[in-house]
Amino acid sequence: MSAVQTASPPQEDVRRRSPMAEVLFSLLRSRTFLVGLAIVLFWVACALFGEHFAPYDPLADDIINALAPPSREHWFGTDQIGRDVFSRVIVGSRDILTVAPLATLLATVAGTALGLLTGYFRGIVDDVVSRILEAFMAIPVVIVALLAIVALGTSKTTVIVVIGLSFAPIIARTVRSAVLAERELDYVAAAQLRHESALHTMFVEILPNIIPPILVETTVRLGYAIFAVATLSFMGFGIQPPSPDWGLSISSNYGMIGGGFWWTVLFDALAIASLVIGVNLAADGVHGAFND
Amino acid sequence: MVFLGGQVLPGNVGRAILGPFADQRAVDALNHTLGVDRPLLTQYWSWISNFVQGDMGTSYIFRSPVAPFVIDALGNSMKLAAVAFVLVVPIGILGGVIAALNLNRPLDRIISLGGLSVTVLPEFVTGIILILIFGVWLRWLPISAAWPKDAGFFIQLYYLILPSLPLFLVLFGYIARMARSGMIEALDSDYTRTAVLKGLPWRTVIWRHVLRNALLPTITVIATQTGYLIGGLVVIETLFRYQGIGSLIFTAARGKDFPMLESGILTIGIVYAVATLIADFLYSVLNPRIRLGSDQ
Amino acid sequence: MTEPAKAKNALELKDLSVAYRVAGRNRAVLRNLSLTIGQGEAYGLVGESGCGKSTVALTVVRYLPRNGLISGGAISLDGQDVMKLDAEALRRARAESVSMVYQDPGKALNPSIRIGRQLTEIFELGGITGQAATDRAVAMLNRVRISDPPSVMQRYPHQLSGGMQQRVAIAMALANDPSMLILDEPTTGLDATVEAEVLDLIAQLRQELSASILFISHNLAVVSNMCDRVGVLYAGMLVEEGPTEVVFNDPRHPYTVALLRCLPRGGQRKDQGRLDTIPGFLPGIGATIKGCAFADRCALADDRCRTELPPLYELSDERGKRLSRCFHHDKAQALPRATPADVAPAPKPAAVPVLRVAGLNKTYASHGHPLRAVKDVSLDLRPGETLGLVGESGSGKTTFARLLLGLVPPDAGGTIELEGKALAPKLENRGDDQVKAMQIVFQNPDSALNRSHSIRHLIGRALKRLAGLRGAALEARLNDLVRSVRLTDRHLAVKPRQLSGGLKQRVAIARAFAGDPRIVVCDEPTSALDVSVQAAILNLLADLQAKEDVSYIFISHDLGVVRYLSDKIAVLYLGRIMEIGPSEEVFSGPHHPYTEALLSAVPKLDQTETARIRLDGEIPSATNPPSGCVFHTRCPRKIGPICEQQEPPLAEAQPGHSIRCHIPYAELRRLQKPAAAATVPA
Ligand SMILES: Nc1ncnc2c1ncn2[C@@H]1O[C@H](COP(=O)(O)OP(=O)(O)O)[C@@H](O)[C@H]1O
Ligand code: SF4
Ligand code: SF4
Ligand SMILES: [Mg+2]
Repeated sequence: MSAVQTASPPQEDVRRRSPMAEVLFSLLRSRTFLVGLAIVLFWVACALFGEHFAPYDPLADDIINALAPPSREHWFGTDQIGRDVFSRVIVGSRDILTVAPLATLLATVAGTALGLLTGYFRGIVDDVVSRILEAFMAIPVVIVALLAIVALGTSKTTVIVVIGLSFAPIIARTVRSAVLAERELDYVAAAQLRHESALHTMFVEILPNIIPPILVETTVRLGYAIFAVATLSFMGFGIQPPSPDWGLSISSNYGMIGGGFWWTVLFDALAIASLVIGVNLAADGVHGAFND
Repeated sequence: MVFLGGQVLPGNVGRAILGPFADQRAVDALNHTLGVDRPLLTQYWSWISNFVQGDMGTSYIFRSPVAPFVIDALGNSMKLAAVAFVLVVPIGILGGVIAALNLNRPLDRIISLGGLSVTVLPEFVTGIILILIFGVWLRWLPISAAWPKDAGFFIQLYYLILPSLPLFLVLFGYIARMARSGMIEALDSDYTRTAVLKGLPWRTVIWRHVLRNALLPTITVIATQTGYLIGGLVVIETLFRYQGIGSLIFTAARGKDFPMLESGILTIGIVYAVATLIADFLYSVLNPRIRLGSDQ
Repeated sequence: MTEPAKAKNALELKDLSVAYRVAGRNRAVLRNLSLTIGQGEAYGLVGESGCGKSTVALTVVRYLPRNGLISGGAISLDGQDVMKLDAEALRRARAESVSMVYQDPGKALNPSIRIGRQLTEIFELGGITGQAATDRAVAMLNRVRISDPPSVMQRYPHQLSGGMQQRVAIAMALANDPSMLILDEPTTGLDATVEAEVLDLIAQLRQELSASILFISHNLAVVSNMCDRVGVLYAGMLVEEGPTEVVFNDPRHPYTVALLRCLPRGGQRKDQGRLDTIPGFLPGIGATIKGCAFADRCALADDRCRTELPPLYELSDERGKRLSRCFHHDKAQALPRATPADVAPAPKPAAVPVLRVAGLNKTYASHGHPLRAVKDVSLDLRPGETLGLVGESGSGKTTFARLLLGLVPPDAGGTIELEGKALAPKLENRGDDQVKAMQIVFQNPDSALNRSHSIRHLIGRALKRLAGLRGAALEARLNDLVRSVRLTDRHLAVKPRQLSGGLKQRVAIARAFAGDPRIVVCDEPTSALDVSVQAAILNLLADLQAKEDVSYIFISHDLGVVRYLSDKIAVLYLGRIMEIGPSEEVFSGPHHPYTEALLSAVPKLDQTETARIRLDGEIPSATNPPSGCVFHTRCPRKIGPICEQQEPPLAEAQPGHSIRCHIPYAELRRLQKPAAAATVPA
């Protein structure tokens, strides 16, 4: 072919920042995200290194000093067997911060796989699976968990599996609708016109494009996983004693709030609140960054 | 499905009721009287057909018909849910609308971030904090929802305020958020521009052109929240020692009282289905595109 | 309030500057824009997308997006200073003196309110209510030539076609007899036949009403037919202005000159020379412009152009007042071509067809009814030949292309033969060689290119799968291919989103050519692009064809573009071929009455308007096509009951030229004789 374009190439025909870089930039500019992240990192640090700066052994009882109100020795007071509430709150994030992320991971992996398959193949498989998932979603997580735990007994694994599988349909629904939209785009037809396999099309062509909604959904779900783990612990179906877990502590002490022993539950409640809010602020930041 | 869930649970009913030290023969006898040793399908069929006729079976624990328990509990739960709903739907929508009309201003930030934060707090956490504030420190409200016998409507309402607040908070954020994003979309739409450029007063634009289109999606969301609401009831009713369907299921599950458990869960399923139906109906009434279809 | 005495000008913009706030910075879009529209005048504003046309419109009605701000200047509407109006006065101004109609009428009408109510609420503002308002609404709908207004008023917007929706929008805009009507791309996105109707309507209403008009369009031909004066906008600045005819026939700014050269005009064809192009890009929003905004793309630019902002020179003569913002306005028409006109001689198409389609049908199920999207299509295509497919939207063009490619399976019975071998109906069952031999360039590169992959990956993957290349061989071929679509190495590492529309389309073309295809389907490949970019893509397609001897199936709604590239044309209506034949014969006629109507609908730059043929009514539903000749419900040349009863055959009128009509060829020649000269697309 002869050289036809005589004019010099334009100087600014390539935009410098890649789309991913744009997302990162707006994430780092988002105050919501940074505040949320700071809160979460604080609790992660407490879970990892809390015992080194906790003033007391969170498990050591001290019956003589039971139910002591907050004081200089015990900043947050002591519980009914005299354990230091402050020390327990500091390390109380440990279980929830392992169980909830693992449950979320399970939900994301299972939900993404299901969503990709149903969205990509559509047809009868999709109809049947979608109906089942819908029915599944109608039952509140707490009740699914209740049944499963009655059946399988309580253990961290059960909690992870129950929450993971309860959340999977929700993620699957998000992924499926994203896949259905992607599938209509011409790059999928272009892949078919190269005789690409279904697996390649699903995982190499479509999956990278639906990472943003998956990421957003995952961060939101992480917040709800914490919500659910805490609730199950509170109901006595989750993490078991003697763990200093926040939900569990509230569960064993809330019977006494009528008696005015507010410190045995308030600080745990505030701790849960701050963690959940932190995760959700971060999630909101991620959502904003992808949708700007 | 609920039924199968109940059956797959490996607990032995007779053993659960009589305790680990009971004689095996007694356990077998009890299992036989309760009918739990019959084949699954037979059990299922007789249970379903009875349920439809209003007979929900006999509680393993109370040894008396399940139906009155379930109906009572459902009534109580509905009262609680109704209080939460009646409060949250208008206030949540109003919050979202106000936030959208003040987009990116401080009021919007407060409502959006506030709503987002309270939505994600587990009910027992907000419940505890509210009990501490209003029940323990201020002593304005009772910390248990169990009202005295033959309490009138207002007394019951008084007892229900505190328990309904955590549910309110969870739903508030959801509804406000949906309403806000629906409003923003409608405000940014071409048809709103058309309405403004016609020279209509701002109030007319909002009331006539924006609100209806903006709030359609919110209606569907409110219905899907019934599921979460019921989950929340389990926790709230336990925390406030309230005899509702949530605490009924909770107690039944702990005691492996399957007829009770199954009936409770099936009842919830029906409530959920009805709520979804109502939402679909409302949505199609309000949306001419669905109601009338297209001529083309 | 008493009616103010009519100001001299309907609209005056003085040194208007507008910016959008993006990522914390104010970025200029309009730069000291001044223009004036007299009472009763129609003023056209043209320019490439992104040059600020819609911003002008939205600023005038003070409805800028949230992040927009007016950073300077003044707007006066009928003598009123728009910037100084308080909320209530602004509302009154909108209600009484200015109205606006924009693109996409489907979105401009409220989806949940009946048409009638959306109209009557306007009259209620003026205190007319109840039956009186209804009567006014009926009158208004009559005025925009809507038949049966009472029934239309009972409907919701989604129950009307696009053309009807736009009529309703125009009726709403004119309801209060505004002094200023702003039309922002009012026909963009509508089919040419519908566009012609809407433009006719606007032209007629101009005679009846007193409104001054600001008509905004990217389409020079549309503006040339509608407006008294025209202004050319570039990077938010007025670069040329004057009476429409004078500006288009004797442009004095290099940008206007170049824009006009990009269009295939007067029946120009690919073998008669390349289209000229405009290199480079519009400066982005907020770009700091030193000197002339067009300097980077102007072949006449000198040092002064690059450092000093040219003033608006006044070049008035006996033809009227005109302006040009160019130091070298006297030499503008001597602007050297950016692209040489010479073309390589096209290879003579071989006699043996590369593609043969016989009896192809496609029936979809639509709400339980069969919908015949493609009916009994037969045609063949020789190597190196371009077949142009034209027809209104919904006529089956895209479906036909997808059938060929195997993306949707056809009904049983028809055959598709590629180089003498039958193709399996489904893509999965076709051989790799067959798949790589037929590729496609889609309309929208954002949809066609996977946004997660780099350009290198996109083209490389195609070379690997289609050409079976690996390693160094792949690398070498990749470099060749990239050069042949005139991309450079700098483009390889980036993602599609970082490129402009034209560059993305080049990537898509490179990918289609990866496996040395025999046939490339081009489905509206330039409709999403500006004319300057379109010209470059058309040149590229023509060059590649000359070099590779590839055949094209070229789908476009722009008949000028189709004519430029095609050797053969097929006209589709409701899934049927109504006419097929050599490009020149189909265009110059005698042709099928439907083809005649399509050609007549095309807005032309050279106002050689004679008899116009308009189709009324909508394209009928494909689920329930009319009996006999499917075109009879809209045919202006219908000859009688035979048209309603018997479907005419696709009969060969001349060797290679077939027409599906009961009117004999000789008769068509006689009927169309006087019009034939005028049916040259611009
Ligand atoms: N997947 C589908 N299902 C049902 N109808 C369809 C489908 N695709 C296209 N059609 C219908 O087929 C007809 C032709 O459509 P199309 O090929 O897209 O025409 P064009 O390319 O000219 O726009 C239209 O009536 C359209 O509504
Ligand atoms: S001023 Fe110079 S650069 Fe600008 S258009 Fe005229 S000749 Fe070209
Ligand atoms: S057959 Fe009749 S209706 Fe059809 S195109 Fe010819 S004249 Fe028109
Ligand atoms: Mg099409």
